[in-house]
Amino acid sequence: MNRFLLPLGIFLLLVVVLAIGIKHSPDKGTIASPLLGKPAPQFALPSLADPSRQVRSQDLKGRWYLFNVWGTWCGECRAEHATLLQVSRAGVLPVIGLDWKDSDEEARAWLSQLGNPYQAVAVDRNGRTAIDWGVYGAPETFLVNPQGVVVYKHIGAVTLATWTHEILPRVTAPATGS
Amino acid sequence: MLPELGHFALILALLLAALQAFFGIAGAHYARARWMGAVVPAVAGHAVMVATAVGCLIACFVGNDFSVAYVAENSNSALPLFYRVTALWGAHEGSLLLWILLLALWTVAVVIGAQRLPERFAARVLGVLGIVSLGFLLFTLATSNPFLRLDPPAPDGRDLNPILQDPGLAVHPPILYTGYVGFAVAFAFACAAMLEGKLDQHWARWTRPWTTVAWAFLTCGIALGSFWAYYELGWGGFWFWDPVENASFMPWLVGTALIHSLAVTDKRGLFKSWTLLLAIVAFSLSMLGTFLVRSGVLVSVHSFAADPARGVFILAFLVIMVGGALTLYAWRAPLLKSQAGFELGARESFLLFNNVLLVIAAATVFAGTLAPLISDTLKLGTLSVGPPYFNPTFMLSMLPLMALLSVGIHANWKRGRLQDKTRLLLYTFVAAAVLGTGLVYGIYAPGSLLSAVGATLGIWIALSSLVDPLERLWRGLSLPRAVLGMTLAHLGIALAVIALTTVQSFTVERDVALAPGASAHVAGYDFRFDGVRPVEGANYQALAASVLVSYQGTRVALLEPQKRQYWVQRQVTSETAIKMHHGNNVLLALGEDLGAGRWSLRIQVRPLVSLVWIAAFIMALGGSLAASDRRYRTARVAEAPALAGTLEQPG
Repeated sequence: MNRFLLPLGIFLLLVVVLAIGIKHSPDKGTIASPLLGKPAPQFALPSLADPSRQVRSQDLKGRWYLFNVWGTWCGECRAEHATLLQVSRAGVLPVIGLDWKDSDEEARAWLSQLGNPYQAVAVDRNGRTAIDWGVYGAPETFLVNPQGVVVYKHIGAVTLATWTHEILPRVTAPATGS
Repeated sequence: MLPELGHFALILALLLAALQAFFGIAGAHYARARWMGAVVPAVAGHAVMVATAVGCLIACFVGNDFSVAYVAENSNSALPLFYRVTALWGAHEGSLLLWILLLALWTVAVVIGAQRLPERFAARVLGVLGIVSLGFLLFTLATSNPFLRLDPPAPDGRDLNPILQDPGLAVHPPILYTGYVGFAVAFAFACAAMLEGKLDQHWARWTRPWTTVAWAFLTCGIALGSFWAYYELGWGGFWFWDPVENASFMPWLVGTALIHSLAVTDKRGLFKSWTLLLAIVAFSLSMLGTFLVRSGVLVSVHSFAADPARGVFILAFLVIMVGGALTLYAWRAPLLKSQAGFELGARESFLLFNNVLLVIAAATVFAGTLAPLISDTLKLGTLSVGPPYFNPTFMLSMLPLMALLSVGIHANWKRGRLQDKTRLLLYTFVAAAVLGTGLVYGIYAPGSLLSAVGATLGIWIALSSLVDPLERLWRGLSLPRAVLGMTLAHLGIALAVIALTTVQSFTVERDVALAPGASAHVAGYDFRFDGVRPVEGANYQALAASVLVSYQGTRVALLEPQKRQYWVQRQVTSETAIKMHHGNNVLLALGEDLGAGRWSLRIQVRPLVSLVWIAAFIMALGGSLAASDRRYRTARVAEAPALAGTLEQPG
């Protein structure tokens, strides 16, 4: 009987490895974005703070910025919020938010309660702009250079480690950004 | 309206698959004829519903309905009609739908073929296939619905991934998937035999043609994929040991082992539990392939969709299907006894070596594919495994396999003596060694020892596999399709070995920088660069270079490799230009603009590379011939369906 159980044992071992692999895959951020090295998709969306005004991608040309996709319905966005606040306080670059498939009131309440790290928040209620950016799920964060080219994409919550090891080096030494 | 109709059809298909699974397995278990009678209508209804869903999605693509998210993400109004149809499987959701459609078609084929099978056994086979369908439909509806709407609709689509806009890709996934999914049939036969607790030689004879056909499709699919990567990706290689390629290659290796193991079970009633295990593993690897490609666990150049949430679902599905089958195996396989024995040197022993070596090969590929993941999981750092690992380890099991092949096909069943065949093998080997060494050192000088060994083995396989059929013809005997098919498949292997040897050893590759009017001289060919000009395509613009290729002063071809910029996705792709000349494959890829009219060009001259793909198609042709042999069609079963005999129901 024993040797016939062997395949099952090997298979279960493999399942454990794969399960750990899945658990690790999102925070590795290794899902390559076809956008990397290409111009950031254009958008012109109503601003969360003042819906009569627009947040437009062309106004952001000429400087580095972080493009952060979030929503009040997303648990991990709450987890990364503190980091984003620290990032915005550091003043190295502006953080632009994309409020994805969300209600405006809840989003405003969230920002007044937790603090607002965003220089501007664009409202993407139907998710069209998120599709243009190839977003699979919130939160996702893109680093865009002054030429308007996406140089880095992070999937999952931004941590201080992400900021110091991945984002900051690319901004301060743009030649190594890839 | 159409997307909702398709969605609804898919939900109905799910319900019908559940009925098919329940009535098939429970009906056979409790021997209820009326329950089993409901299986075939469920299969038919399921197939119609799945076809309706696919039809609806194709109609959305053809009609440019950009209110459907999947269409908006993978098509564009400027996309030619042909690619609007093939865009169906351009991304994850549609690929799954294609998978489900093919499974439905295979199931219908089993129903048609199953008229010769005992009723309870057929019901169990269809029941297991129903469970597989059910799993994939649940997966699609829960995590990957292709019919989701956008509100408001997109004004235009984001276009199909440009590297997928190619005739090769249009046919590659359906054929590859037909092979993948086809192993589900062998899997279902294995599960049904285990549920029944009985496995005889009839079982092997029923299973063989299905397995061989699936294998033939998989062979074609892999060859097409390799060909597509060769001329579309423009990197000038035909096999990269990429995780996605490996995902299709592992089931192929195990499937090849299964075909041979089934032959032993069919002819001699041996290797029963081993054959069952191979049938389970072949399909498990097909599903694992889906898992690796679609979950984002392993990132590869090929994967166009990756999503961890889907990975969790597939993993759960794998645990149920594969874990269930292997548990059944651990429980039932010990009951299967073989009485017969065989001597060392008998054909059985060679087929055993064949199986062991193929499984080792699959295991080394498996280890190399998963090593980066395991090393990452165990925090051993990031590891990258490439050709320096795969090429030698793979060769380590393939060289003995190729060396034993020629002897094995001349060995007798049961008895170990080769007798009069010894001399024949010796003659063919000497002839092969002379020809092989001549090829390596004469035509493609200078060769290495390894390439001489490779060429010799390849030629030996070709010569020795031709001996038997030629002898039969000489003696005026008929040539059954099974023999003809086997011979063709082995000839294909021989050709592949020869081609891979020469390509690996004698490829010339050079990157040159040329100004207009300048020439480069590579491997006996002259390449004159005549500058670049702009070209307009339907949904892209391109720069095309003109390069005049000549060989010893005579013009061979005017090649025009392109660099294309697709408007919507702003992606640049390289279109290589390829010309066959005297068995050589001359490949040109346009590189970078170096300024002042100068461009970099990649030139490759690969001897006999096309033979690699031709060899694969010959193997597939051999497989389909063998599967259509009369003995499978006339293998009608005399024994009555064990409907009344519920007493023998174990457990």
